[in-house]
Amino acid sequence: MTTPRHRPCTCAKGGLRRWWRRRRRRNMALSNTLNRYLLLLAQEHLEFRLPEIKSLLSLLGGRFSSHQEIHGKSPFWILSIPSEDIARNLMKRTVCAKSIFELWGHGKSPEELYNSLKSYPVEKMAPFLHSDTTYKIKIHTFNKTLTQEEKIKRIDALEFLPFEGKVNLKNPQHIFSILEDYGLDPNHIPEKPLNIYFGRWIADGQRELIESYSVKKRHFIGNTSMDAGLSFIMANHGKVKENDIVFDPFVGTGGLLIPSAHFGAYVCGTDIDYNTVHGLGKASRKNQKWRGPDENIKANLRQYGLEKYYLDVLIADASKPSWRKGLFFDAIITDPPYGIRESTRKTGSQKEIPKGIEKCPESHIPVSFNYHLSDMFVDLLNFAAETLVLGGRLVYWLPVYTPEYMEEIVPRHPCLKLISNCEQRLSSHTARRLITMEKVKDFE
Amino acid sequence: MKLLTHNLLSSHVRGVGPRGFPLRIQATEVRVSPVDFNPDFVTRMIPKMEWTALVEAAESLGHLSELPRELAEGYEKDEEFLRKVHHVLLEVEVVEGTLQCPESGRLFPISRGIPNMLLSDEEAAS
Repeated sequence: MTTPRHRPCTCAKGGLRRWWRRRRRRNMALSNTLNRYLLLLAQEHLEFRLPEIKSLLSLLGGRFSSHQEIHGKSPFWILSIPSEDIARNLMKRTVCAKSIFELWGHGKSPEELYNSLKSYPVEKMAPFLHSDTTYKIKIHTFNKTLTQEEKIKRIDALEFLPFEGKVNLKNPQHIFSILEDYGLDPNHIPEKPLNIYFGRWIADGQRELIESYSVKKRHFIGNTSMDAGLSFIMANHGKVKENDIVFDPFVGTGGLLIPSAHFGAYVCGTDIDYNTVHGLGKASRKNQKWRGPDENIKANLRQYGLEKYYLDVLIADASKPSWRKGLFFDAIITDPPYGIRESTRKTGSQKEIPKGIEKCPESHIPVSFNYHLSDMFVDLLNFAAETLVLGGRLVYWLPVYTPEYMEEIVPRHPCLKLISNCEQRLSSHTARRLITMEKVKDFE
Repeated sequence: MKLLTHNLLSSHVRGVGPRGFPLRIQATEVRVSPVDFNPDFVTRMIPKMEWTALVEAAESLGHLSELPRELAEGYEKDEEFLRKVHHVLLEVEVVEGTLQCPESGRLFPISRGIPNMLLSDEEAAS
């Protein structure tokens, strides 16, 4: 009778372990750097995500390339990024993405995943698995809930990976994640996952900014203050960076300046409304009678510790700018008034646009709406072409009457290239589109 | 209104063209507030400035602060110089006063640090 410890191990796991040891001993030459990352995105503002990630990668020196078709609605994107540094810097800016992982393997079944993991170069795994390290493995499932037992089974199945470090659940040096994708339809959850991914967690995105900069907590707001998430997306579409000068010609209560200041840009704006800029008159917040002395744009920046980035705000008509000739602005980020909630004005013509565009008859947009809009956007694009630095971006909201929208109505300019056009529905007949343009040619 | 902004502003009264710059400052209240020094930002701004106009404006407010009347070469590495520029660009603010168009004489009021550049239809350039 042989004693158990002398009996050679013949189990499947043992076979895999021996296979791993052989690979390590073989002293392989470094294979081609794959540098593939799995980006896990939040499921909101779906159309805005790709332009945000592309703009940020372009800002950071990467180029956008993807190993699979980017399904507009999927929260999982596999990207090629030149370095981990760039991946980390991407996450320091994005509010659309939740996390990024260095992708070690993926497949449409557990077997495919394990084969994929076996093809991942051992030398690239080694630094994170050696005996001096601590780690833990997490599992996330999307559109399905697993029992604790099921989760443990899946983590245990990865025992064949050459982990030599110690497990530390509280404060590990390295966190690995299994991500299982069960599709997007909560009414049709598949039995087996559609995709399984395994990767080393690198960093989380900036989604917490949405809560910390929430309009609910802000001291000074107006009727059209922008949702914090969208305002950060705008700054990212605008490729705002440290030491830039960012300008908002329809600044209102300054909400759009805040994300740019957060990213280290110096900010300024103009508005035609004296009361809004000075923080006078009826407050927008329910239950408040009037705006206090601390309610103004500078105070908003001060609330977040960003006062040093405040340059100036002026009372001015955006269609009659008061700047001397020159290229001063790195980005122009704005939400022009469009008569849906606040009236549109030019000095000398106090026409008030009929409010509640949703009540418009089905057959046409009122003439005055069209007239005021086209003037304003032509002025805005000309202004951007004249005052943006080369490569600088204009980011603005364009209101649309959905039944009559066509891509052709998006204003164009010979000096500005259209980068992206993202829709946000407002009601059954109305929407607004976030237009991003880049100056590619000098004016005149 | 900071002097950085003043350096970019011009009157657009009809007919004045480039002679609308620089606007003459008549200040009744000036405030100096500390702002964190950022040499990279200052270095980036200097090429965008009309240097003579900046010096004149600082002088008219009594805050010239030893700013040289001409830009010297290699200023990017001169921290003392950059600090002086930083002070003049960002720390000196006109709280109350007026800006005057040098060509037409038109006055633009500054109130609570905010200039009002609005012109009526008749005054504005087309």
